[in-house]
Amino acid sequence: MQSGTFTRRRFVVGVALPAVAFGVGLRPRLADARTVVAVVVAPRGPQPVAVTLAVNGTSHPLMIEPRVTLLDALRERLGLTGTKKGCDQGQCGACTVLVDGRRVNSCLTLAIACEGKHVTTIEGLAQNGALHPMQQAFIDADAFQCGYCTPGQICSAVGLLNEKRSLDEDSVREQMSGNICRCGAYPHIVAAVRAAGGAA
Amino acid sequence: MRPFGYVRARGADEAQRLLAATPHGAFLAGGTTQVDLMKIGLAAPTTIIDIGALPLAHVETLPGGAVRIGALAKMNDVADDPTMRAAAPAVTRSLALSASPQVRNMATIGGNVMQRTRCVYFRDVSQVCNKRRNGEGCSAVGGDDRQMAIFGASPRCICVHPSDFAVAMLTTDATIHLLGPHGRTTIPFGEFHRLPGEDPTRDTVIGPGELIEAITFTPSTLTRNATYLKVRDRTSFAFALVSVAAGLDVQHGTIRAARLALGGVAARPWRAHAAEAALVGKPATRATYLAAAEAELQAAQPQRLNAFKTTLARNAMVRALALVGGGAA
Repeated sequence: MQSGTFTRRRFVVGVALPAVAFGVGLRPRLADARTVVAVVVAPRGPQPVAVTLAVNGTSHPLMIEPRVTLLDALRERLGLTGTKKGCDQGQCGACTVLVDGRRVNSCLTLAIACEGKHVTTIEGLAQNGALHPMQQAFIDADAFQCGYCTPGQICSAVGLLNEKRSLDEDSVREQMSGNICRCGAYPHIVAAVRAAGGAA
Repeated sequence: MRPFGYVRARGADEAQRLLAATPHGAFLAGGTTQVDLMKIGLAAPTTIIDIGALPLAHVETLPGGAVRIGALAKMNDVADDPTMRAAAPAVTRSLALSASPQVRNMATIGGNVMQRTRCVYFRDVSQVCNKRRNGEGCSAVGGDDRQMAIFGASPRCICVHPSDFAVAMLTTDATIHLLGPHGRTTIPFGEFHRLPGEDPTRDTVIGPGELIEAITFTPSTLTRNATYLKVRDRTSFAFALVSVAAGLDVQHGTIRAARLALGGVAARPWRAHAAEAALVGKPATRATYLAAAEAELQAAQPQRLNAFKTTLARNAMVRALALVGGGAA
């Protein structure tokens, strides 16, 4: 993508900016309101409210409506577009991220419900410029074709290892069943997951 | 999703009071049902009360030996719990065979028993549905009824309940613990879900402002000798066409006690009372299992496209019983 060219991403960000500026202007008043909430336990929202999300080790203050999903907050507010919106109803796994180390569907998670938790996306897996071993294993095993499902597959696979699941082939297939690959790269995905887990 | 306010409850009593005081409030636990329903226009609460942080997420053994599953325990955590795996393998297996790993990491036990049907007509707001608005009709009757009920349907609703866990729990004689406006009450697990009858809008007998706090059961020889068999269109991440939870207490070749339940066949988890009655006191043999399955299926009333479920249920019951009772399938 060359600089100076008009891209879909740049268009979307340009359109979204006024909404962001509007949200920032509201923040001081709403932050005060939230302080009161902690005492009387009244609901926050439905208008945008201050929500702080910890994503990939960085704390991000946001102004978002309570109905914003974690997926939309990541993609549309934080620009972390590695996490994909596939079905948007918990069936395809393209939106898989790790919340406190556990793999979840970010499309069925409210961002506001993630306050106080640690979110890790595909962008947060590499450390000090080195790919996460699971990312490297996917490359080594040629475990993708179009790549759309890959960030979700990799986050799910990292979660699988965190959960200490069996790495025999049937188990890996079952444990990766929440991630659909329409290209059908499954045999190589299974190989990559097993290799990264030390089973092959 | 329609806009809503959000509040995080700090304790079960506070959560219950918030719900009781909120005219169009709804609890949010794991979100896999609630957020989904809000997205497809089947739920539009004005306030979401997040109960995800309440301290009800543990499995524990109580003094006296009963096991208590906190309502906010995640499906995966219960499936992996060593106490549960020994005390009720049918239950842990039912959870491991449910949904996807991501959903099992999110979804809670309380939410699982409260989930709505996956009937395609219920989920499509362009179709009439008595479960959404009683009296407007049922699109499944005379429609694509392959997935629908063979037991307990009414002319108003022929959907099936989607839970695996709730089917397996019917083998444990469990108790549901509720916190409501009038304090704490209990209800037998088997009386919690209801059939559609004249009012399909209500899936359960839970009252207004009530919160599930926990489910308890007492492990026994039978719950330890139990299994869950799930038959579905694909190997993983699919709802049951038919499932069977079976638990047997066999002494010297004779069945002393039996619990048998079916999933995917009715609007509620289906306890197979007729089959159980045909098992107790009989030898643990294939002939006994087959006779019991056929006794249960006397009451089956298939729809146009799902007569196969009757055969499937018979074979699945026989196989599940053979797995726990021996006597060869």
